[in-house]
Amino acid sequence: MTTNNNIEKQPFTLSVLTEDKAGLLNHITIIFTRRKLNIDSLNVSSTEVSGVSRFTIGLQTTKEMIEKVVKQIRKLVDVLDAFVYEDDQIHYQEIALYKVPTKVFLNGNRIETLVRSNGARILVIEENYIVIEKTGHKEETQEMFNKLEPYGVLEFARSGRVAISMSKRKTSTLLQQLEESTTNKLSLETS
Amino acid sequence: MNTSSLTLEPAERKVSKVLTGAEAVIQSLMAEGVDTIFGYPGGAIMPIYDALYHYEDQVKHILVRHEQGAAHAAQGFSRVTGRTGVCFATSGPGATNLITGIADAQIDSTPLVCITGQVPSTLLGTDAFQETDVVGISMPVTKWNYQVTKAEEIPEAIARAFYIANSGRPGPVLIDITKDAQFGELEFEYKKCERIRSYHPYPNIDFAKVDKAVELINQAKKPYLLIGHGILISEAEKELTDFVEKTGIPFASTLLGLSAFPPDHPMYVGYLGMHGNYGPNIKTNECDLLIAIGMRFDDRVTGNLSKYAKQAKVIHVEIDPAEIDKNVKTDVAINADARQALRALNERVNANSHPEWLAEFKACDKEENEKVTQHELYPKTGEIRMGEVIRRLNEQTNGDAIVVTDVGQHQMVTSRYYKFKQPNSNVTSGGLGTMGFAMPAAMGAKLGQPKKEVIAVIGDGGFQMTLQELGTISQYGINVKMIILNNKFLGMVRQWQQLFFEKRYSFTEMTSPDYQLIAQGYGIEGKKVENRDDLDQSIQTMLNHDGPYLMEVMVEKEGNVFPMVPAGASVSEIRLE
Repeated sequence: MTTNNNIEKQPFTLSVLTEDKAGLLNHITIIFTRRKLNIDSLNVSSTEVSGVSRFTIGLQTTKEMIEKVVKQIRKLVDVLDAFVYEDDQIHYQEIALYKVPTKVFLNGNRIETLVRSNGARILVIEENYIVIEKTGHKEETQEMFNKLEPYGVLEFARSGRVAISMSKRKTSTLLQQLEESTTNKLSLETS
Repeated sequence: MNTSSLTLEPAERKVSKVLTGAEAVIQSLMAEGVDTIFGYPGGAIMPIYDALYHYEDQVKHILVRHEQGAAHAAQGFSRVTGRTGVCFATSGPGATNLITGIADAQIDSTPLVCITGQVPSTLLGTDAFQETDVVGISMPVTKWNYQVTKAEEIPEAIARAFYIANSGRPGPVLIDITKDAQFGELEFEYKKCERIRSYHPYPNIDFAKVDKAVELINQAKKPYLLIGHGILISEAEKELTDFVEKTGIPFASTLLGLSAFPPDHPMYVGYLGMHGNYGPNIKTNECDLLIAIGMRFDDRVTGNLSKYAKQAKVIHVEIDPAEIDKNVKTDVAINADARQALRALNERVNANSHPEWLAEFKACDKEENEKVTQHELYPKTGEIRMGEVIRRLNEQTNGDAIVVTDVGQHQMVTSRYYKFKQPNSNVTSGGLGTMGFAMPAAMGAKLGQPKKEVIAVIGDGGFQMTLQELGTISQYGINVKMIILNNKFLGMVRQWQQLFFEKRYSFTEMTSPDYQLIAQGYGIEGKKVENRDDLDQSIQTMLNHDGPYLMEVMVEKEGNVFPMVPAGASVSEIRLE
C-alpha cells in the first residue's frame, strides 16, 4: 500500500490533536480550502484526555502535498500535534446505518441472512422501517449498501472515518512532553 | 452585566482591583509596555475609547483617517522597533478595513495586536448593525485570533496575544471584544504569558543537522548564501557578518533582508529576485551549495522552481517548520532561530575563502553596472529617472535614513539603489505587495523611531490609495518626508504591458491631483520638481525642513526597471535590457 511516488494521489488519514476550542474546525479546513483540496471524510471527537479533541480527516492527495498541509496544520496555535497516516499504519473504521422498509423482512429470510453474513446488526425495529447498522471500511459498508439496494433502502448514512495509529504513543505522554518542552523560549545555546 | 464586584468581601477587594473590561484592555496593554496605539473609534469599541480617555497622558493614541492606515502604521512602528504594533478598530467596516494590513503583516512576519470592538454577545450572528464575523474573516490572515465575550477573559486573551504575536516567527493577532465584555467587570490581575502547551515558537535546534551542514559548507567549492528577514527578526546581524567573514562565502539578500548588513560589505553580492541584481540571480544556478537563512524561497525570488538551483545541495535554516521543503527541497534543514543557528555554525565551520568564486559575482556586477546601473543613476539627458533620485537621496542621507517604500517600480528602484546602513531601516510591503502601504507605515515608523529621519518613497498610484493619511500626519505633526515619483502611470503594470502584452496599456495611465495644493490643504509644505538640476537642492530643502514635507518628482513616463526575471522564467534567464 505504501508508495513513494510524490505525484500520484493516494488515500491519507490525518489525525490532529487539538485543544478543545471554538472555531478550530474552521482554522483547519481553511488550510485545505486554500489549496483546493477536497476532504473525503471528517470526524471530530473528544479523546481519553479531557479538553483535548481529535480531528480525523480522510482525503486523497499526493504525498508531497499532505506533508505541506500537515505542517501548516501543526503551525496553528491551538493544535497540539498532527500526524499523517497511510492506510497500513492505522486501524480504522466507519459506521453505516441503513433504513429499510419493515416489509422486506416479511418475505423470507434473505435480508436476515445478509445482515448475519455481513457482520451487521439490527439497531431498531419500527412498524414501518428497520435500521441496520454495520461498521467496517468504506468498501465493506458500500458493499452492504449495494446488496440491500434491490430491496429498497429508504435512507443510508455513513460516518467519517475514525482511526487509531499502530504506534505506542499515549496522548497523555505527548501532552506531558509538550508541557515540559523548552520550545517556549528562545535559546542561544550552541552545543 | 457582571456584578461580581458587589459580592466581594472587603478583604478580597484589597488584593485585586475591580475594573471594567474596557479599562482592563488599556491596563493590559500598558502592562505589555504599549505606549502608542493607532486606531479609529466607532460604536462597538466606544467603552474602550472611553477608558482610553483617562490614560491619555500615559498612552499615545493616533487617530488615523482609515483603519487600513492604522494597521500599516502599526506595521511601520513594529518594523523599526521590533516591538508589537497595536491598533484599534470598531466592528463591521472598521474591522474589515484592517484586513489588508493584517494580511500584509502575516505574510511579512510582523507582530501586531489588533483589537476590534464587536456587537454585544446577545446580538452575535443576527446581522446586527455593524456586525461582521471578523474572527472568521481574519482567520486565514492572522497567526491567532480570539473572540472575547466575557470581561474576565480579557487579561489572559491579551497576554496570549502579545506572546503569540512576537515570538518565533512573528505575526498579527486579532482580539475581537464584544461590547458587553467591555462594559462588564472583572477582578483585574495581569500575568504575562510565557507558555502555551500547544504552541512551540522556538524549536530545539538539532546539532547533528548543524554538523551535517558544516560538512557541506567545508567541502563546497562554490557556496552561496541567501539571507532574508529572519536575520533582522532574530537580530543576527553580527552573527551573519561573522559567518561570511570566516567562511568567505558570498551572500545575497532578499527584499526584506536589506538593511541586515553593511551594504558595502565585501562579501555582499547584491539583492535577489525578479528585479534583483544580475549576479545573485544567475549564480544561483551555478553554485554547488545554496545556504538559505531566514528566508522562504518566495516565487519572486526563485522564478521557475523546476529550474532553480537544481545543481546545488541546499541547506535551509528556518524557524518556521512549514517553510522547510515547501518550495525548495533541502538536503539539510535546520529548524531553528537564525541567530542561534549562525552561532552554532560559526563555532564549527572552517575558516576559508573563495576569491575566484566571489570574483565571478563581481564580473556580473560590472556587466550590470555598464548596461543598467550607470544609465539609471547618472543620466545626462532626457527626463528624470527614478534611480538618480534615489542615488541623490542616498548621498544626502548617507544611507542612514529609514526608507519606507510602497509597491511597484519605485520600490524596486529604491531597493536597488538605496544603501541601507542601519538595521531595520528598510520598511516595505514585500509578500503582499500592498499599494498604499508606505505613507501610513512611514507615520508609524517615525513614531517608533522619532530621532531617525523617515522618508517615504511612493508612486503616484500608491500615494492616491492612502493619501487621506496626510490628515493624520498634519494633525500630529509627524515629521515624515514624502517623495512621490510620478510617472503618470501605474508603472510596473505598464512595464509588463509593454514587455508581455504588446504595449496594450490597459487602464494604467493615471492622472494626479495637484499634490502641492493637496499638501497645502493639509498645511504640509512641499515642492514639485521637474528639472534634473533642481533635484539636489530640493532634496536638501526637504531634509532641512522641520516638519512633514511632500516632494513630487516628475520622472520618465515609460521608464522600465531592469534587470528583470520574467514571470515564470528561470533565474538564469534574467534580462539586463
